[in-house]
Amino acid sequence: MDDRNNGVSASTTATQPLWLLAEITYRCPLQCAFCYNPTDFDKHTQNELDTDGWMKVLREARDLGALQLGISGGEPLLRPDIEDIVIEAHKLGYYSNLITSGAGMNEKRIDALKSGGLDHIQLSMHDITEEINNFITNTKTFKLKQKVAAMIKDRGYPMVLNVVIHRYNIDHIKEILEMAEGLGADYVELANTQYYGWSLVNRDQLMPTKEQVLHAEKITNEFRERVGNKMKVFFVVPDYFDERPKKCMNGWGEVFMIVAANGDILPCHSARVIPNLKFPNVNDSPLKAAWYDSPAFNKFRGDDWMKEPCRSCSEKENDLGGCRCQAFLLSGDAESADPVCTKSPNRNLIDQAIKDSQNPGIEAKPIVFRTNQNSKNISEGKEKERLEKFHATP
Amino acid sequence: MAIENKDIYKLASYHRFQWEEAQNCYVILFPEGMVKLNGGAGEVLNLVDGVATVKIITDTLIKKFPDAPNIAKDIIGMIELALDKAWIEKIN
Repeated sequence: MDDRNNGVSASTTATQPLWLLAEITYRCPLQCAFCYNPTDFDKHTQNELDTDGWMKVLREARDLGALQLGISGGEPLLRPDIEDIVIEAHKLGYYSNLITSGAGMNEKRIDALKSGGLDHIQLSMHDITEEINNFITNTKTFKLKQKVAAMIKDRGYPMVLNVVIHRYNIDHIKEILEMAEGLGADYVELANTQYYGWSLVNRDQLMPTKEQVLHAEKITNEFRERVGNKMKVFFVVPDYFDERPKKCMNGWGEVFMIVAANGDILPCHSARVIPNLKFPNVNDSPLKAAWYDSPAFNKFRGDDWMKEPCRSCSEKENDLGGCRCQAFLLSGDAESADPVCTKSPNRNLIDQAIKDSQNPGIEAKPIVFRTNQNSKNISEGKEKERLEKFHATP
Repeated sequence: MAIENKDIYKLASYHRFQWEEAQNCYVILFPEGMVKLNGGAGEVLNLVDGVATVKIITDTLIKKFPDAPNIAKDIIGMIELALDKAWIEKIN
């Protein structure tokens, strides 16, 4: 290997990428305020891997042991080759999942995807009201989503709905779950917003209160008791209101591999915010070398990299120190404890963020929607005021 | 639910069961998840096909592994677990 990353040595941990997430394009007709895509996505819309490039990624990852494939974006259906990619994935033995907003889906495509062997479709939904759906996505997509949900059910796919939860829909959890039940959903993921990418830019406007989160969790538990195994409901807890961080990606370079639209090979979606880490790219590295030998994938594997208070912490195996990107974005040090942890000397940054989001004047600040123009603006440093408290552009 | 000899089970909808060379084990795949099965569990689920009764599954495995003690009890335990996790469904 070369001398990048100060010669971090290879991990001795035996790991395999079980999940491959193909972020196949960052282009998207929706403009969601909470999108976790990088705010500089506009740079990566002109250099997407071509069909052959993705075929190679699928084959190499499968050889490494990957089983679950997420085809994501942006909006993956903006690519005309999703059908071919699905056929190849099926041939290789992946359990494949198309993660979509529904934009670009039609009868012809859903039939082609079904016959190509796509295993399931995860559809994003936003609210029971057209107003909130259209507001938070900055597009008129409410009716489209209802239509696509019916199409998914009609074709016999498992119905997996993903609902990102934030201040504007958290008090509608009961109605959202009832809507999912009415649509015949088999799985519902209530994903409380995690603050990366655009959602970090809009953190003050999106964050609910702790009371709202607790209430939403209570409603979810009551709903689970009522419906039992008929519909599985996942409630992804928002780490800011917790005392310990999440075990991000189940550990850096442990089970997840992400290939970004331009071919960058990453251990998590937002890893590129961490400075001085050079990530391998499909165009110049086989996936195997990236996973096992690249300094970037080995940098935070296991726990050798930890500093105090993590290093001697009796709970370190539970969360592996939390999220490296969050640690860097908020504290400026990627090797520090995730500030969510109450043992972190930087916990005050989380408490302050919670406090700031409750400032009654905050809703007067406009939301920065995920548009190409806003992406350019952020890349050019035009949203400085909002971003100066972070240590990198998210 | 008590497991009986005459019961027939099949893999639950939207679940896929396959052998994985890279992990050297059987796996169950389903939306948002996967389970790697250890040797014994994989052998049992490999026979859950919507046709074989619990009796047939048990007899087949006793024949295949004549030296394994208490195998019948383990097979029932595995079927109970798979039912509880909703990986399989009873069809009769």
